[in-house]
Amino acid sequence: MSEHRVTLTVNGNEMSGTAEARLTLVDFLRDVLGLTGTHIGCEHGVCGACSVIMDGKPVRACLTFAVIADGAAITTVEGLEGADGEMSPLQDAFCETHALQCGYCTPGMLIAAHALLAENPDPSSAQIRDAIGGNLCRCTGYVQIVEAIALAAEKLRGA
Amino acid sequence: MAGTDFRFVGRKRRVREDRRFVTGRGRFAADLSLPGTLHIAMVSSPYACAEIKGIDVRAALALPGVRAVLTGDELSGHINPLLSGLDLPAVKRLPLAHGRARYAGEWVCAVVAETRAVAEDAAELVAVDYAPLDYVIDPEKALRPDAPLVHPEHGSNVFFNRKWVWGDVEGDFAKAANTLAFRVRWSRCSTVPIETFAVTASWDPGREVLDVWASIQMPKFPEQIARALRLPVNGINVHFDVDVGGSYGLKRGIRQTVIVAYLSRTLRTPVRFIEDRLENMSGGEIHGPDRIFDMAVAFDDDGVMSSLRIKATDDCGCYPGRAPLQLGKPVSAIVGPYRIGSAEYEATSVSTNKTSQEAVRGFGQAPTNFAIEATVDKVARAVGLSRAEVRRRNLIRADEFPWRIPSGSEYDSGDYHAVLDKVMASAGWESMVSRRDALRAEGRLAGIGLSTCLEPSGGNSSFEPLFNLKNDTTTWMESCLIKIDMLGGVTAMIGTSSSGQGHETLVATVIGEELQRDPDTIRAIHSDSLSALPSNSPVGSRMAIMLGGAAGGAARRIKQRVLEIAAHNFQLPIDRLIYDGGDVHVDGDAGRVLTWAQLVDIAHRKYHDMPLGAEPGLQASFTWEVPTGGALPAADGTVQMYPCYAFEAHVPLIAIDPETGQVEILAYHIGHDCGTVINPDIVRGMTLGGIAHGIGAALYEKFDYDENGQHLSGSFMDYLLPTSNEIPDVTMVKHYTPSPLTPLGQKGAGESGYLGAPAAIAGAVNDALRPLGLEITTLPMRVRDIEALLASHRASGGKF
Repeated sequence: MSEHRVTLTVNGNEMSGTAEARLTLVDFLRDVLGLTGTHIGCEHGVCGACSVIMDGKPVRACLTFAVIADGAAITTVEGLEGADGEMSPLQDAFCETHALQCGYCTPGMLIAAHALLAENPDPSSAQIRDAIGGNLCRCTGYVQIVEAIALAAEKLRGA
Repeated sequence: MAGTDFRFVGRKRRVREDRRFVTGRGRFAADLSLPGTLHIAMVSSPYACAEIKGIDVRAALALPGVRAVLTGDELSGHINPLLSGLDLPAVKRLPLAHGRARYAGEWVCAVVAETRAVAEDAAELVAVDYAPLDYVIDPEKALRPDAPLVHPEHGSNVFFNRKWVWGDVEGDFAKAANTLAFRVRWSRCSTVPIETFAVTASWDPGREVLDVWASIQMPKFPEQIARALRLPVNGINVHFDVDVGGSYGLKRGIRQTVIVAYLSRTLRTPVRFIEDRLENMSGGEIHGPDRIFDMAVAFDDDGVMSSLRIKATDDCGCYPGRAPLQLGKPVSAIVGPYRIGSAEYEATSVSTNKTSQEAVRGFGQAPTNFAIEATVDKVARAVGLSRAEVRRRNLIRADEFPWRIPSGSEYDSGDYHAVLDKVMASAGWESMVSRRDALRAEGRLAGIGLSTCLEPSGGNSSFEPLFNLKNDTTTWMESCLIKIDMLGGVTAMIGTSSSGQGHETLVATVIGEELQRDPDTIRAIHSDSLSALPSNSPVGSRMAIMLGGAAGGAARRIKQRVLEIAAHNFQLPIDRLIYDGGDVHVDGDAGRVLTWAQLVDIAHRKYHDMPLGAEPGLQASFTWEVPTGGALPAADGTVQMYPCYAFEAHVPLIAIDPETGQVEILAYHIGHDCGTVINPDIVRGMTLGGIAHGIGAALYEKFDYDENGQHLSGSFMDYLLPTSNEIPDVTMVKHYTPSPLTPLGQKGAGESGYLGAPAAIAGAVNDALRPLGLEITTLPMRVRDIEALLASHRASGGKF
């Protein structure tokens, strides 16, 4: 299996490592770069637990090869906090409405929501549901997640 | 509400666990990376049943990076069979198939390599010589005398069969003005966490300890590992601080753990196994109840029910484990919330060539509630009353508690009529009916569902002796240890892992309430199993009751010791003292005070100021027996099974597209009473999540097998989980009837929502189909099932 040098800008920091051609981006982030905040749920692109933002768009890191991401800017859940280590308004809103239980789908949910709010600062409930429609959660029934994203949007608009 | 007298209990407070998860700092089993860790991939049987004639591992072992291939032959020679919930000595459950593979997807070999990718490559190189054998997939066919036997050594496909008759069922049926009988079916589905099972084991030959990090939720996990591996329990250390990525009953990976533990001991290096989704769904033994209900009910012309017959035939799959016991929990609420005076229950657990069932949220209660609610709906139709009115006439009344049901359990408390009234007011029942009828007038199929269901909670073990006479377990205790450090900090130890229930928040809140200290300053940690006090893990909707009860008990002991120290120093009796937020002052003289810091300092450093003979330091533990527990079942099977009974009433409004069969949930209301609520956001989240599970079970989720015994639902493209587009907003109205059996009045909520949603959704779909004269009696009511039914109706000239 051929090996390749892969360099990414992850959460603003340049990071690189070696990847077999078949290594997925999520395995590269977790196993090579040690960023375990991004999770693996299905490895066939349905559950969304592995969502990261690649060059501004949310992608399934389980369906993306690391070599294809070479040179890309990646945002993972570890990159959502402010520079001061404070939670972002979105993360804070997830805590405020208890938009999670086990926390396993949460990084992917946050990424999907982060991408939504970057494009649409005032989403309707239906738009929020649509934006997280590709992210499965088994604990919450989604209601408190929708509430959190609406709350974060409100806070961000007010800020 | 019950709770207004509390400082912290019942108040809106953030869930302390959330912060680590939203910042990507959860520590899940797959996040652990020990140097030298080897990885496993499984070789699975492609046959529903086959003799394993030989396994050629040479090509696999020759692949660079491969370290070992473990076969069932090797493993079975070094371990004991895994624990069964039933007394079935001839049925041996082993982590890897030995001699015979009994379902498609069963694990035959574990390939160990330096990376998971290489292990997967090598798994494809393992050549297994199979001789296919006869198999049986349909549980009713499995009961026929000529059926192929899943376990020939056992001599039958019946794992368990028993019929209980409580009260004069025959007489009540004979006397009744009306009876009806029918069949409904709950299909094989599960709660399917997004995290698969993951485990790392590391044998330390220096300490002679096996360290285990696993995404586990299972009672007596260390003991089960020890028994299988023939190790002392104090040679196993399960790290309960691993965050578990959802479980809902399922995460019981004893097979997986025994495999990695054996390999780590053999290979002298850490070994981990993280199931991929196919391994999880086809071979991970995560399927839930799969049940046929033959129901019969006796009732009068006023719709009042007098007797119920339930025959439940459950397709357990291949191995018994704890799954057949899921027929047992419903004994605790066999007549639901209704004043039904006699009951008959025949429970049969059948073995087929499918992957084994595991415990799923509600432990068999959700299917049973679905069958009972279908019965009540049919009674309503038979006597021409509304479904709400028939329920009102049959529900146990608030002034009748404690209420003993025919199977022996006593319900602790409730106000079912009040909750039903609240949810109907919330739904605006009359206007909802108008809306339904308006939708029908527009040509859509529309229906309203109603279910009123119980959540037996407190997680007792009484179904074990009921289903296995050799098992005389009568305690299912839970513990908490609190230590106050030298500077007054409070740390509480939990003896089990958590999978999203917020146990740290629960414990900190309860202790904060008792000690009158800010819960945010109280740390709650998960002990590892070597230092943990006895626990039976978060099963059976028990932790608010049992862990909350244990934490509160330990805190009361701390408070008592603080008062004793103060009394000694004031030279006054305790009843002259006031405990106030940790400080203690003399009653009527707030100036004579010893502060928390001073009292803690005395306990830790100033033995000369301690009462004579007192234990130095400030720590206390409390281990609690399940309230009302402790007794074996009587000869007729009657037993007090669970202590506390929460109640929920669901009202959904749905519409069905007459062309496609697509169900849309237009409104959803639930009335919920779990006694005193400790954290409102947690209870709400549990309930809403349970409703989502219930909607999945009612409309989408099924593990399908074809006639060849092939599992067809190994991916999320075949096994459909509801997304945010399928699950509606839910309006929840609360009612608070405290339990008299718990210190704060709390009941369980961990299974809430799930126990009533499938029944309510099924009722709504059938309400929508009723104008066409159609009915569906099998869950899930999938789009394709509804579409096919409507197409057939249309083809036969049926009206819309």
